[in-house]
Amino acid sequence: MCRDCSCGLPEAPPRRTVVLEAGLLARNDHQATHNRQRFEALQLPVVNVLSAPGSGKTALLEALSRRWNGRVGVIVGDLATDNDARRLRGAGADAVQITTGQVCHLEASMVERAFQQLDPASLDLLLIENVGNLVCPAAFDLGEGRRLVLMAAGEGEDKPLKYPALFKSADAIVITKIDLAAAVAFEREQALANLAQVAPQARIFEVSARTGEGLEALMTWLGADPSRG
Amino acid sequence: MHELALMEEVRRLAEERVAAEGAHRIHRLHLRVGSMAGVDPQALAFAFEVVMQGGAAEGATLRLEVVPTACFCGQCGEAFTPSDVIFACPRCGTLSRRILRGQELELASLEIS
Repeated sequence: MCRDCSCGLPEAPPRRTVVLEAGLLARNDHQATHNRQRFEALQLPVVNVLSAPGSGKTALLEALSRRWNGRVGVIVGDLATDNDARRLRGAGADAVQITTGQVCHLEASMVERAFQQLDPASLDLLLIENVGNLVCPAAFDLGEGRRLVLMAAGEGEDKPLKYPALFKSADAIVITKIDLAAAVAFEREQALANLAQVAPQARIFEVSARTGEGLEALMTWLGADPSRG
Repeated sequence: MHELALMEEVRRLAEERVAAEGAHRIHRLHLRVGSMAGVDPQALAFAFEVVMQGGAAEGATLRLEVVPTACFCGQCGEAFTPSDVIFACPRCGTLSRRILRGQELELASLEIS
């Protein structure tokens, strides 16, 4: 009998607390660890490239693919269309498109599936172009060796202050479209000061994919072997 | 915004556990979310209502614990809570590169019967 009101209903079973301490991203992290082990066994450098939409990810990856001595694989994520993969193939990359539908970021399992479409032994560099988004992709480890975050000149010098988590997770940050800096009244000193404060761990590069300015330094960081040039 | 997907993972973890415990109902869920985890507590609370419908946790209460960011200052050898997105040590001004807390995304516990 219910002890509260003698209503005749069976007594509710006692409540108890169970502790889980379960990470919501644990499944992704587990897959990312597998990816990382695979990439390391292949001695394949893998870079996760992140930025807002329109910051010039694809243009930068095209420019890198054209100049790189060796095969570049690109896994490119977008909500829809394979336009970016076609552009990257035109630049000589082995490109695989992932269309995520409504998903706002790439996950490690998507990268694992896409990687099966590439010939791992032929690749010297793998670039992963994440979905254009400065929030969600920050939390998802893909198994990459390093993270490259882009912000375009003219995008707003305070971007790092507005989206600190992503910039703090970067190994390097590229200011893209640097050839447009004067035209868009880009306040370079302010942008660099903001980056230095929010992301003191990151190397900073200033690059124009269109003119090629700054690409050499970035390619050296990515591990390009100048002796093969 | 991936709060819905995260909440679906909460439901999966919670229902797996409630079944393993031989219980049937979830009365309360305790989620721990770091202030730097990139999720919006309001969006999570909304996703909770939507995602838990029709399951063992329908009608349950959500305890959302926001974990403040904590950094470590290598110069002072002490932890501190940054006052904004620039993680400068309040004692010496050094920028911290070591985050101790604030990135959590965890289902901490369940109250079940």
